[in-house]
Amino acid sequence: MRMVKKLGFVSAPSLPRLRGRAGWGRTFAVALILATSSVNAAEGHGGGASWKAWHAENEVANLASLQRGARNFMGYCLGCHSLKYERYSRMQEDLEIPQAQFEKYLLPPGEKSTNYILSTLPPADGEAWFGKAPPDLSLMARARGPDYIYQFLKTFYADPTRPTGVNNLRLATTAMPHVLSELEGVKRAVFKGEGIEKEFERFETLAPGRLTPADYDIFVRDTVNFLDYVSEPTQVQRRALGVWVVLFLLLFTWLAWALKKEYWKDVT
Amino acid sequence: MVIPASTAPSPQPPATPHKGLKGWFYKRFPVEEFLSDQLTGYYAPKNFNIWYYFGSLALVVLGLQLFTGIFLTMFYKVGEATSFDSVEFIMREVQGGWLIRYLHSTGASFFFIVVYLHMFRSLLYGSYKAPRELLWLFGMAVYLALMAEAFFGYVLPWGNMSFWGAQVIVNLFSTIPVIGGGLVEWIRGDYGIADATLNRFFALHVVAVPLALLLLVVFHLVALRRTGSSNPDGIEIKERVGPTGKPIDGIPFHPYYTIKDIVGVGVMFTLLAIVVFFVPTLGGLFLEQPNFEPANPMSTPEHIAPVWYFTPYYAILRAVPDQKLGALLMFLAVAAFLFLPWLDRSPVKSMRYRGWISRTALAVFTVSFLVLMYLGLLPAEGLYVILARIFTVLYFAYFVLMPFYTRIDRVKPVPERVTYHAHG
Repeated sequence: MRMVKKLGFVSAPSLPRLRGRAGWGRTFAVALILATSSVNAAEGHGGGASWKAWHAENEVANLASLQRGARNFMGYCLGCHSLKYERYSRMQEDLEIPQAQFEKYLLPPGEKSTNYILSTLPPADGEAWFGKAPPDLSLMARARGPDYIYQFLKTFYADPTRPTGVNNLRLATTAMPHVLSELEGVKRAVFKGEGIEKEFERFETLAPGRLTPADYDIFVRDTVNFLDYVSEPTQVQRRALGVWVVLFLLLFTWLAWALKKEYWKDVT
Repeated sequence: MVIPASTAPSPQPPATPHKGLKGWFYKRFPVEEFLSDQLTGYYAPKNFNIWYYFGSLALVVLGLQLFTGIFLTMFYKVGEATSFDSVEFIMREVQGGWLIRYLHSTGASFFFIVVYLHMFRSLLYGSYKAPRELLWLFGMAVYLALMAEAFFGYVLPWGNMSFWGAQVIVNLFSTIPVIGGGLVEWIRGDYGIADATLNRFFALHVVAVPLALLLLVVFHLVALRRTGSSNPDGIEIKERVGPTGKPIDGIPFHPYYTIKDIVGVGVMFTLLAIVVFFVPTLGGLFLEQPNFEPANPMSTPEHIAPVWYFTPYYAILRAVPDQKLGALLMFLAVAAFLFLPWLDRSPVKSMRYRGWISRTALAVFTVSFLVLMYLGLLPAEGLYVILARIFTVLYFAYFVLMPFYTRIDRVKPVPERVTYHAHG
């Protein structure tokens, strides 16, 4: 079991291991080009209208998924977003990432493992570039819920009227560029109706990304899963301990009840 | 001048059968008398049912809150810039911090669950009626102190709902004529909810209110020792004493009820543990989602709702179109409980021997309280507001009409002795 988990980390999806940091800049440029060019519409993603009902369905106890999510975060998110309450070492420990791989793939050069996971993007620059400093993501999964992040990362669509070239269904007029467009590709949103009647109908692929829709879905789920873990790193431990505590309390209650019965025998 | 020797005997410490160090100590400190007065010599009716667990459970939860609170205070750093971070520090980096914090946050909700059930017991069996009016009033004072304690405590994590909740509640005081505006500023210590407010709420939460709470609990218990507990039959067991001078329908609190209450404690802690370990936020009921975002005066949560235990009153506040009147009604909704002993004109205490009118009234009131609790969690719009108005009227009808319906209600004869079936 343990072996499989480790393998999951090593042999994760066929992605080049991007060294996060400034990686988004290139992606951003790609996204802009793709978004503004007119590409033949491909088949829709299907079930698009019901995106509000999409669930992350992530499992925080799935270590392989968490490890992949950590890799995704370091590669694609950390350029702008911090996890200011989580230390690299805590992440390594909880996710059972082998030391060698941790140092090679996850710990940015110059960072001590006991450091908090902080982006090198100064908030002032973030605000100047995007109009809003990219938020810290430590608690995003608790504040908004995993489904929210999942829906957010899955509903980017090309919108030439936006400065970033993209818009989002979950968070309309988001300041965030579609950082993952090189993986997902670029899609167009088809709406019906006008004005307040305007209603989302479906997505149409303008340009495919490096991942198939199914693989992109896994990529997003893993990332959401990782953020869910970071939002409450003790949650797996909490549930595991809880089973024993509840069992003990049930035993205790039963004993107390038996004692009460014994004492109350003489009350008539 | 000759000073006459005093004729009065010099006070002698009471005799104690114990010798040595124990004897020395007991002679100077009335341990045995205290235990006898409070536990072994205190006779409680033998017919308590499940509703009589919640008093002792409230005391246990109070202990839990004090215990966990002390540990939280060791790591919590009060201040606009530090509060939120320090709570996350407790959740992530303090050994067992997450457990202590969840016990405290879940304990707060359990405190109210237990207290509401304890209060319902009084409504059900008329425990507030003479001679226990003062006992009831001290209990209500405990409830008011608890509400203050919970409110101040909720502000301390300095999440966004802490901030906006404080904003709404503190602003309620601005509806008081003439002094309102100044009063609100005095409470906040600033022109808005700010660092000064957070700091004083911390002081109130960890020192002032807990002291008041403990004192009021002592008063509540002292008053209880004077009158003795009521019981599901609403019979005064002290009126029937046996040859030993003890009530024939009573049993010593210790060991009978101490042991029995431990069973209740076991059940409560099992439920508490299920919440703490498996659903600590209880889907946003015990810990609200927006409170995982730091306080932000520039961003109002989608809809501001207090934690579930305040929502009945919150629903009443929002049911009234006029804010001043709404605040007044909200205040009256809490204060109404204080008048119960004098509003209730029924010759019997317990619902067991009351007629259908009293029973219906209590049922309608209970449903109203629960519906208002639910409505207070929802946004105040459309049908919800209309429902809140209907149930607000029913809520107050229970109190306002009580002197009338309790007088005309047909009651059944109350038995001479308590109803008790010994369990095999």
